[in-house]
Amino acid sequence: MSVHSARSGTGRKLVLLVPYLWLTFFFLIPFLIVLKISLSDDVTAQPPYVPVLDFSRGFEGVRGTIAALDFENYRLVLGDSLYLDSYLQSLLIAAVSTFILLLIGYPVAYAMTRAPLGWRPILLMLVILPFWTSFLIRVYAWMGILARDGLLNQALIGLRVIDEPLEILATNGAVILGIVYSYLPFMVLPLYAALEKQDHSLLEAAADLGSPPWKSFWQVTVPLSKPGIVAGCLLCFIPAVGEFVIPDLLGGSDTLMIGKTLWTEFSSNRSWTVSSAIAVLLLMVLMIPILFYQRIQARNLEAR
Amino acid sequence: MDVQAGKQPKMLATARREFAPWKDKAASPLIRFERVSKRYGGVTAVDGVSLDIYPGEFFALLGPSGCGKTTLMRMLAGFEEPSEGRVWLAGRDLAGVPPYRRPVNMMFQSYALFPHMTVFDNVAFGLKQDGAPKGEIASTVAEMLKLVNLTGYERRKPDQLSGGQRQRVALARSLAKRPKVLLLDEPLAALDKKLRGQTQFELMDLQAKVGTTFLIVTHDQEEAMTVADRIAVMDHGRIAQVDTPADLYEKPATRYVAEFVGDVNLIEAKVVSRDANSVLMQSEAMSAPLRAICEGDVSPGQQVALALRPEKIRVTLRKPGEALENCVRGTVSDIAYLGDLSIYHVRLESGLILKAARPNITRFTEQPITWEDKVYLSWAPEAGVVLVK
Repeated sequence: MSVHSARSGTGRKLVLLVPYLWLTFFFLIPFLIVLKISLSDDVTAQPPYVPVLDFSRGFEGVRGTIAALDFENYRLVLGDSLYLDSYLQSLLIAAVSTFILLLIGYPVAYAMTRAPLGWRPILLMLVILPFWTSFLIRVYAWMGILARDGLLNQALIGLRVIDEPLEILATNGAVILGIVYSYLPFMVLPLYAALEKQDHSLLEAAADLGSPPWKSFWQVTVPLSKPGIVAGCLLCFIPAVGEFVIPDLLGGSDTLMIGKTLWTEFSSNRSWTVSSAIAVLLLMVLMIPILFYQRIQARNLEAR
Repeated sequence: MDVQAGKQPKMLATARREFAPWKDKAASPLIRFERVSKRYGGVTAVDGVSLDIYPGEFFALLGPSGCGKTTLMRMLAGFEEPSEGRVWLAGRDLAGVPPYRRPVNMMFQSYALFPHMTVFDNVAFGLKQDGAPKGEIASTVAEMLKLVNLTGYERRKPDQLSGGQRQRVALARSLAKRPKVLLLDEPLAALDKKLRGQTQFELMDLQAKVGTTFLIVTHDQEEAMTVADRIAVMDHGRIAQVDTPADLYEKPATRYVAEFVGDVNLIEAKVVSRDANSVLMQSEAMSAPLRAICEGDVSPGQQVALALRPEKIRVTLRKPGEALENCVRGTVSDIAYLGDLSIYHVRLESGLILKAARPNITRFTEQPITWEDKVYLSWAPEAGVVLVK
């Protein structure tokens, strides 16, 4: 028996090793590289930054490299209102989008769980279906719809709702619309998962104890779907903050989102070091809601 | 709830013995089902049920799964509307009244405790819906938790409780609003056998204390007989019989009830003759004529069934007296030793197997009856019930 448990113990450790190895090779090491670049200085060379790790000189070389690192790029990023505005606007756009996503996603997920059992796989399929078309094509399609002479304006003018075409494209509103459209499945799916496993007898119990349906919704359904709400909001908020394609295609010149700023810094200004610093700071900003979520979870576990 | 049946206050026990409002012509029922039917598509779950339940009763709906007992209860709670007929509660027609406006509360089979709320909030839930003042809520919750012996558990969440504790929280929650009727949907099904037996007595005691009318749905005849004042046995959406536990057992109205409640030998027979209070029958399977007390309407030549409870049959090695009636001979084919009882399966010459129970009064029987013994089975005319249906 002890042999068996020892063997299963090794097996368990091996299984646990897989995600750790994955995270080490595909997250931690790349992140350390980016972090190192963010602490380096720009040069016109190949690679375009100094110092470059020089292992040929052994330990002495590594120490020399570390000694040459500094926080110059962070000082630059934090001292320039362009970058700070980008961060703030990204957070704001992501927050507004996430809120709208929740307002749309919750009723959608709720309706799906109320649909007849046979319908649910079809409805789930319909939620996932947009993924079968390239994300880029779908965002481009929105450009066609929202443009000055696009589908939407033509339709509204044709219906005589408006006389002059609306300026929708190249505004923050268009960016939010694009994010809401693209991210909706990420909101609906976790909410659906949370709502679907709810025990219907809880609603009957609430009704039995004198709670009308709309009150039961707020007293029972919503609190019990909290894990789904948190998961859906994080799944939408985090990538939305760093979103690059949507603000680039649907946003205007005054749309400052950090992903777009980072891209400009990297491709136009060719500053690997500043863009790395932006990326590291972005990660730190996004860590805050994740840590907050984990603390809530830990507190819930403690309460048990 | 630690008060056991034996420790029950004498006053309550006496009150219980004399309690029989269904015999009182002047008493008006609290609940009245009036030719209630419920159909789902082509399936009839409840079929023309009429039933009166009186204030203060502990009433059981008993039947196998799918007999319509739960549907009948859910129509009273308001989760289902009858397809036909009416449900009355305290003189009020409940048609169209939503569940949250009905003065009944239900304890669910799954308990349906709100997992995100503490024990206190669960019990307080119903009171909060009515907008009761905070102090009143707190005192009522404290009182209810004391009633079910859970004082001190206020701040626990349901997943921190044992099955028995959850069951009691559910009970406290459904009693907190002081409903006119407490509905119990298989309340003890999730408990293990020992705890179930104990909780049955606790339920009876609780009902006597709070005086609320209890309506319990169960498939367990032992449970129904233990707790209820009256039982309605249901079969395929209809009520087969409504009676006290003792009358159900001793005077079953149909073969179905006789077989569902307790163990029984059903002997198909033909009526030979009848006198003032008894019937003489002849059965192809029995070597002797059968006599049973019968006040019912039977006539010679009619096909009937004689229902004989196993414990009412004597098993002897010697022929008991010179009896010509109600005495047959057979061979012991099986013995089930249950500790308190031994059940003998005796094969008659005709091949029919009768079950007879013998209490194991002494630790070692003087004359042990064992496998393959030739034995006599005999019973009094009062032992059997003549069933027409």
